[in-house]
Amino acid sequence: MFSTLIGVPVGAALGLTRFMGRKLLVAFMYTGMGFPPVVIGLFVYLMLSRSGPLGQLNSPLIPALFTPGAMIIAQTIIAFPLVAGFTMAAVMSVDPQLRQQVQSLGATTWQTAWTVITEARIGVIVAVIAGFGGIISEVGAVMLVGGNIEGRTRVLTTAIVLETRKGNFELAIALGLILLGITFVINALMLRLQGKAIDT
Amino acid sequence: MTALKPGVNGQGLSATLPDHVRYSIEGVSKVYAGRQVLQIDRMDIRRGEILALVGPSGAGKSTLLRMLNFLEPPSAGRIRYGDFEYGPNGEAPLATRRQVTTVSQRPVLLNRAVQANVHFGLHLRGQRKAARQVDAALQQVGLAHLARQQARTLSGGEAQRVALARAMVLQPAVLLLDEPTANLDPYNVGLIEQIVRTLNREQGMTLVLVTHNIFQAHRLAHRVGFMLDGRLVEVADTQTFFEAPVDPRTAAFVRGDMVY
Ligand SMILES: Nc1ncnc2c1ncn2[C@@H]1O[C@H](COP(=O)(O)OP(=O)(O)OP(=O)(O)O)[C@@H](O)[C@H]1O
Ligand SMILES: [Mg+2]
Repeated sequence: MFSTLIGVPVGAALGLTRFMGRKLLVAFMYTGMGFPPVVIGLFVYLMLSRSGPLGQLNSPLIPALFTPGAMIIAQTIIAFPLVAGFTMAAVMSVDPQLRQQVQSLGATTWQTAWTVITEARIGVIVAVIAGFGGIISEVGAVMLVGGNIEGRTRVLTTAIVLETRKGNFELAIALGLILLGITFVINALMLRLQGKAIDT
Repeated sequence: MTALKPGVNGQGLSATLPDHVRYSIEGVSKVYAGRQVLQIDRMDIRRGEILALVGPSGAGKSTLLRMLNFLEPPSAGRIRYGDFEYGPNGEAPLATRRQVTTVSQRPVLLNRAVQANVHFGLHLRGQRKAARQVDAALQQVGLAHLARQQARTLSGGEAQRVALARAMVLQPAVLLLDEPTANLDPYNVGLIEQIVRTLNREQGMTLVLVTHNIFQAHRLAHRVGFMLDGRLVEVADTQTFFEAPVDPRTAAFVRGDMVY
């Protein structure tokens, strides 16, 4: 969710503009896209732990380790480069002459940006699906940062790991099917959106 | 040459343009990646005229149109339009930019239905409902039956006419046409030429028409300009341009034995 909210605008901005340091940012983003999520989990763990730089601040704005807040932070960091990277690629693949044509028809800067994003809508939806796929299949980082605490930070993936370890294969399989089902439904919804995007 | 010649506009530097002048181009040049592709010392475009621009490929015609639409500022010099001066790094106010629009050489349509494309410019101006204008414009270019079709499925000539309809509904003060009939069959060339005449006569629209077809320039234009290697060689009344051009290069071009 958060990655979409941040990732789509950042990706679009990177695709639409040229500024100093853009190349560096893009390089970081590509690195992030291929980054092992566990390492990101470790990083967030170290940052948030009581003795870590952010944990020490004791600020109410910064979630403690082993809370849903901490998991959201880790997931956001994992999905953000995916969403931003794919969005950027989609925006950049739009005909470069389209921007001038849209401006020529009287678009403001914002209207131009928005039009280019809507022209790239199919790719932007792919970006969101990719980010979502990255998040929902994530185990390692979530386990590290969330702690897999029952009723609080246990999610489907971590529950599957736990139940399998305990030998409760039936429960694990059932959970796996639920996870598959959820993924399928959400992707199907996205695809419908995409289909609509193609038709209109 | 980057600076303006002092004599050209030494006096009246900030005076408004005379009423009959739509654009005044003064010492304008355009440089891309260190290469100068356009250099026009002086040219006026008159209010309410049809000006044709002819000249070989790469002469800078499309580049000039982009500047006249305030999409890319000149590298040096200035273009005056009403009270507005467009110079290096300049940016036209939205209201000024919205008085001008271009039908580009290669039609760029949005991946939407034809009617949504024609509606687009009005939509940008906050007009949500404009079905009547959209229908009328499509009717004029002979495409009313394709209103609901997806733009990406159009033929080249259809796309070009949709692009013209999309510009026309805006009723701009200035319409810039970059080879608007390049993909069209003779019947549709005639149709578009008639539309151009009508827009000019009935709405007093100023039109700048880039064309490779000198017969079309002859049929439509009040004045014709000949561009070569980024320079304006000559601009003259249509009759003079074709019958008694001053510059030998213009004469060669008109005779059709220009070598380039
Ligand atoms: N964005 C750009 N970057 C670099 N060079 C450019 C750019 N746009 C145009 N040029 C160059 O400027 C010159 C003039 O181009 P322009 O498109 O204005 O020519 P034209 O007269 O419209 O030609 P044609 O009849 O083929 O359309 C060409 O040499 C072209 O390569
Ligand atoms: Mg051109």
